[in-house]
Amino acid sequence: MSELSELYQEVILDHNRRPRNFHALAGASHSAEGYNPLCGDRLTLYLDVEADVITDAAFEGAGCAISKASASLMTDAIKGRTVAEARALFERFHRMVTTPPGEAIEDLGKLSALGGVREFPVRVKCASLAWHTLKAALERQQQTSTE
Amino acid sequence: MSVTGSAAQAVFDVEAIRADFPILGRRVHGRPLAYLDNAATTQKPRAVIEAISGYYTEFNANVHRGVHELSERATAAFEAARARAAAFLGAAHPHEIVFTRNATEAINLVAHAFARPRLGPGREVLVTAMEHHSNIVPWQLACEATGAVLRVAPIDDRGELIVDEFERLLGPATAIAAVTHMSNALGTIVPVRELTALAHGRGVPVLIDGSQAAYHMPVDVQSIGCDFYAVTGHKLYGPTGIGALYGRTDRLDAMPPFLGGGDMISTVTFERSTWNALPYKFEAGTPDIAGAIGLHAALDYLDGVGLPQVAAHERDLLEYATDGVSSVPGTRVIGTARDKASILSFVMDGVHPHDIGTVVDQEGVAIRTGHHCAQPVMARFGVPATARASLAMYNTRADVDALVRALQRVREVFA
Repeated sequence: MSELSELYQEVILDHNRRPRNFHALAGASHSAEGYNPLCGDRLTLYLDVEADVITDAAFEGAGCAISKASASLMTDAIKGRTVAEARALFERFHRMVTTPPGEAIEDLGKLSALGGVREFPVRVKCASLAWHTLKAALERQQQTSTE
Repeated sequence: MSVTGSAAQAVFDVEAIRADFPILGRRVHGRPLAYLDNAATTQKPRAVIEAISGYYTEFNANVHRGVHELSERATAAFEAARARAAAFLGAAHPHEIVFTRNATEAINLVAHAFARPRLGPGREVLVTAMEHHSNIVPWQLACEATGAVLRVAPIDDRGELIVDEFERLLGPATAIAAVTHMSNALGTIVPVRELTALAHGRGVPVLIDGSQAAYHMPVDVQSIGCDFYAVTGHKLYGPTGIGALYGRTDRLDAMPPFLGGGDMISTVTFERSTWNALPYKFEAGTPDIAGAIGLHAALDYLDGVGLPQVAAHERDLLEYATDGVSSVPGTRVIGTARDKASILSFVMDGVHPHDIGTVVDQEGVAIRTGHHCAQPVMARFGVPATARASLAMYNTRADVDALVRALQRVREVFA
């Protein structure tokens, strides 16, 4: 059961039970929909970006414990960061969950709790859904900023 | 056990059957395997594995071509498989069996070669609300290409087809009705004989998707009366890559080819080609010869055990599993049709099906979680996904007990 307790760490179960920032964000400057057609996980991510800083982040949706906890942890982690920092964090998170099991991974603080998905290849998508949605929301920002 | 003798039919001996399936002896995550994902694909008896291996080691050659010994043997074995499939489904003639890759390809064949020429603006295709995507999307594509409309007969809260609504939707505009024999997500058995009679009463041809039904209950296409019946080999304890379409002779005769290529032609010039006789007109290119031979062995095995015996065993086990799963706090069964078989879809309060699937897998229990390629069914019941345990002839109460224990473990993890 060690791999299982590695996957469902207390912090994941806690964020699944009581997801943080789990609400719509009225007047959000950016939002994006994330959908995993394979399993039906669906979430909407809201961002408030002011002067290139993510001042607020929230999400709504339905999904498994891993996808919900990941979105909860992510919204906590990106609040107060610049867009560039959030993008860099996306890359670091992506590297962490795709590093083969057994190899060393970077310590990403609370986000490291999701490192356990590496033992469960089909669940990597669940952990990544919120982050890909973040990327989509930020791409959209780039588009609007270049117009 | 002897699967060809009558002794095997007299007594249903599940332990003897299990001994015929090599994979059932393996362990998963250190636990005995409890394989309850049979609606996705069934495991293969040794007879099937050996038949495939025997073909490749003893008489591998292409069919319908060579005059040499190996080709003649391969051709004879391939055609014997066709005759076996025809007998298994109760077809009047072996040429009514067209080999395909799977049921999906069989349905696409009918959608293209039979339905499209009959579709157009003002025409309709009728399906039910519990179809697998493979019996929805080919019709959507055909409708989009021709301007026809897809109609959907609704189901009730138990997951039963509302036959009156189906009947109401049949009309002069209906070009074909395409109906599952058994729901892969709910387990509902559909009264296909009754539906076929209703459709034929209005001159509407009928295709039945038998993917789920054919390995749980005896099927007789002439008794059902349908025009087409699609099956897939890998759910019939046979290999992947082989499926079959039953089509009544007059229907197949009237249809143009589906795919063009070798084997399906009679003569070819650059000006025009003429088509081969049934069923070869629909079998372009080198077929899955090993797959057909493996399927033959699978059907022999299945009939050796006896589908009525399999059905009785699975009925008893489904009842046991329904009680067991329902006894776990917070579970709810989705799909409670009065006539259902071998499939137990359920949800658990506060736990997503994916998390259920991962936890029970660690206990050696294989189930499917997700939308089961039946998203409209999930939408109908207001759930994004379900967990699904599905039974086969080799499952036992011990498999079900392992599932129930694993579900209790899920409750502990997500307490």
